[in-house]
Amino acid sequence: MPLVLNEEQEMLRDMARGYLTDKAPVTQLRKLRDTEDESGFSRDAWRDMAEMGWTGVLVGEDHGGVDMGFMAMGVIAEEMGRTLTASPFVSTAVMAATALRQAGGGAHDARWLPSIVAGEAVIALALDEGRKHDPAKTAMKAERHGNGFKLDGAKTFVADGHVADAMIVAARTAGAPGEEQGLTLFMVEKDAAGLKTERTMMVDSRNAAHVAFDGVEVTADAVLGEVDNGAVILDRALNAGRAALAAELSGSAQESFERTVDYLKERKQFGQVIGTFQALQHRCAHLFTELELARSIMMKALQTLDEAPEHAGHIVAAAKAKVSQVARLSANEAVQLHGGIGMTDEHEIGFFMKRIRVASEMLGDANYHADRLAKMQQY
Amino acid sequence: MSDLETFRAETRAWLEENCPPEIRKPVESEKDICWGGKQWTFVSEAQKTWLERMAARGWTVPSWPKEYGGGGLSKEEAKILKEEMRELGARSPLDSFGIWMLGPALLKYGSHEQKLKFLPPIARGEIRWAQGYSEPNAGSDLASLATKAVDQGDHFIVNGQKIWTSYADECDWIFALVRTGPMEPKHDGISFVLIDMEQPGVTTKPIKLISGKSPFCETFFDDARAEKENLVGELNRGWDVAKYLLTHEREMIASGGSGLFDARPLGQHAAQTMGVEDGMLVDPVLRADLTRCDIDGLAFMCAIERYKDEAKAGVGMGAKSSVLKYYGAELNKRRLELMMDIGGSEEFEWESPATNEGKIARMWLRTKANSIEGGTTEVQLNIVAKRILEMPGA
Ligand SMILES: Cc1cc2nc3c(=O)[nH]c(=O)nc-3n(C[C@H](O)[C@H](O)[C@H](O)COP(=O)(O)OP(=O)(O)OC[C@H]3O[C@@H](n4cnc5c(N)ncnc54)[C@H](O)[C@@H]3O)c2cc1C
Repeated sequence: MPLVLNEEQEMLRDMARGYLTDKAPVTQLRKLRDTEDESGFSRDAWRDMAEMGWTGVLVGEDHGGVDMGFMAMGVIAEEMGRTLTASPFVSTAVMAATALRQAGGGAHDARWLPSIVAGEAVIALALDEGRKHDPAKTAMKAERHGNGFKLDGAKTFVADGHVADAMIVAARTAGAPGEEQGLTLFMVEKDAAGLKTERTMMVDSRNAAHVAFDGVEVTADAVLGEVDNGAVILDRALNAGRAALAAELSGSAQESFERTVDYLKERKQFGQVIGTFQALQHRCAHLFTELELARSIMMKALQTLDEAPEHAGHIVAAAKAKVSQVARLSANEAVQLHGGIGMTDEHEIGFFMKRIRVASEMLGDANYHADRLAKMQQY
Repeated sequence: MSDLETFRAETRAWLEENCPPEIRKPVESEKDICWGGKQWTFVSEAQKTWLERMAARGWTVPSWPKEYGGGGLSKEEAKILKEEMRELGARSPLDSFGIWMLGPALLKYGSHEQKLKFLPPIARGEIRWAQGYSEPNAGSDLASLATKAVDQGDHFIVNGQKIWTSYADECDWIFALVRTGPMEPKHDGISFVLIDMEQPGVTTKPIKLISGKSPFCETFFDDARAEKENLVGELNRGWDVAKYLLTHEREMIASGGSGLFDARPLGQHAAQTMGVEDGMLVDPVLRADLTRCDIDGLAFMCAIERYKDEAKAGVGMGAKSSVLKYYGAELNKRRLELMMDIGGSEEFEWESPATNEGKIARMWLRTKANSIEGGTTEVQLNIVAKRILEMPGA
């Protein structure tokens, strides 16, 4: 597959851009924030997205999905990044859908995938336990209990946790924190006894929750994939999520960049448009080159996920690292080059800076992935 | 004992006796910094007492002449006072734009009457001053400002808009740059006037920043009145006053007075927050970034010390203050980026008591303005290129 969008993907992009700029632009996020909306996203927009097939972009046709693949998923995520649209797309349509599909086997996928596609179910991934993403450090325990397991511990930074109908929970059934192996994934439904979810307001005005498990009992059927071997599915879900975030970040970075270039063509100081200053031209030109590289490696990651997902870990890590870094640069340059007006809440550019910060931290920041890459290559 | 040693001993004794114990603790909240003014409410009796006692000695503005409410101290004495206050951990009794900016401008350009009228209330913290320079269309190019003041004999009528007037909604008076010579070349038609904000023609509107706070305002003048006697310096020579103040401001930044850059090493904070394994920070990539930032911070503090010592030896800092403004702002931004890296996802909690209402995240966002306020980073680099490197063009 060449590293360009095909006709179908281009159509998808045009449709997504049209819909999102019209129905879910940055003003929607501002409104969700200012009205302290309970869901943290527009349920109407989410229904529309389901109707357009986005929720089923990674779901097989057997479960009602459109199964368009990762490149198409990236197209949607990138456009959502441009409009900073809040939705459970990454948690549910990307990560949960990937995990459920990978686990296969009938029970969980048959139960949840059709309702994901229908835009009915929101499913969160409850993984992180500390301030920095690091799945191997998972300490939360699942102990054998009768026929099933009992979960005790706490999760943080669970995207869409407070609105989730179910969660995919990573817990330790073997080994010690710090070891990649020994994790098991569980499907835990929202009304499980002992489960407590608390939303926390975030700098980017998007959803995140603290989730506490106080002796939550689940049957053996709740296991997604194999006991002690959850890492196989988890890795796939995480790679999908990281690639989606990279695409989203790339979209946000490009959008904030384009808005900045437009501003430089408009704003006058010293009797001329400030875009005539070569110092600023070079800053923009440099950033453009960075954005080109970031977008390229992001697309490569998506392409690899479509073609050889079992070998995608490396390129996804590199893409998440590179795009996170470039997106931060883009956000910083955007505010700086807007001057004082960029520091105001009234202007939208600050929303990009906030979301880019959070998305770059999510599922591992640039340092985490750089370190992982180094370790993968034995140095 | 030399005179200075005597002065030190007396100062120490006086501070020991007069500085309330509550004032000898580090500043915890914004309200601990006393800005004064008619609308000021003291956070504590101690804050009030401290201001009154210091003002009575003229020590809120130690080096201003006594007749204008100052302490009349020499440079050396003022330095000793500062050192002794630091030794005791005493907070500053009063901070204000009146002290930092208007005062120095009046001392240099004001008439005797203006000094007598305006300086003592600044020293006592009775009147709080706002700074009215920037306008929506006059930022980096400040000299293109358009707020106009029309001569009406004994007064001017002022119309226009200022932006980024810090705390204007809590201020009593404003010192402003206004256009009095619409036909003159742009630098030669500006005057520096003092305007009472307690009049119907002056209104303010807070600006909310991306950090969620609103310490700045837009200030509107609709047929506002400014008395002619409150014109500082000559008519149409306001740019000289503004330039003088700018130098003063940069020198203040340069001497570390503004606290632009917090030089405390980040490593310790990171180790405590993130954890250490085998004596090394758990994140090896971040560890490298942190030490690099700490080294640059150290080098920056050395540059400040060196420039200060050069100044004492009689070599003016001149345009080199732009080196410090530029580097300090960028360094501070880098520092807060790193603090966000250290804090990870927890730092994003915007309203939670666990993060003190997103304290670090809000600081992180606020530092983005360090390279915009007081002359942008790009403008500082232009100054370095033009005035120090004497590069041609532009
Ligand atoms: C938090 C905050 C506090 C402030 N406090 C005050 C205050 O107390 N008093 C006050 O008067 N003002 C204050 N300001 C205003 C500040 O001084 C201006 O924002 C600043 O001078 C930049 O002007 P501007 O915002 O109009 O940006 P612009 O001048 O429009 O600049 C936009 C971008 O173009 C760049 N640029 C402009 N000219 C050139 C050039 N010749 N070469 C290369 N690049 C250039 C700038 O660096 C910037 O990146 C404050 C601003 C902020 C954000």
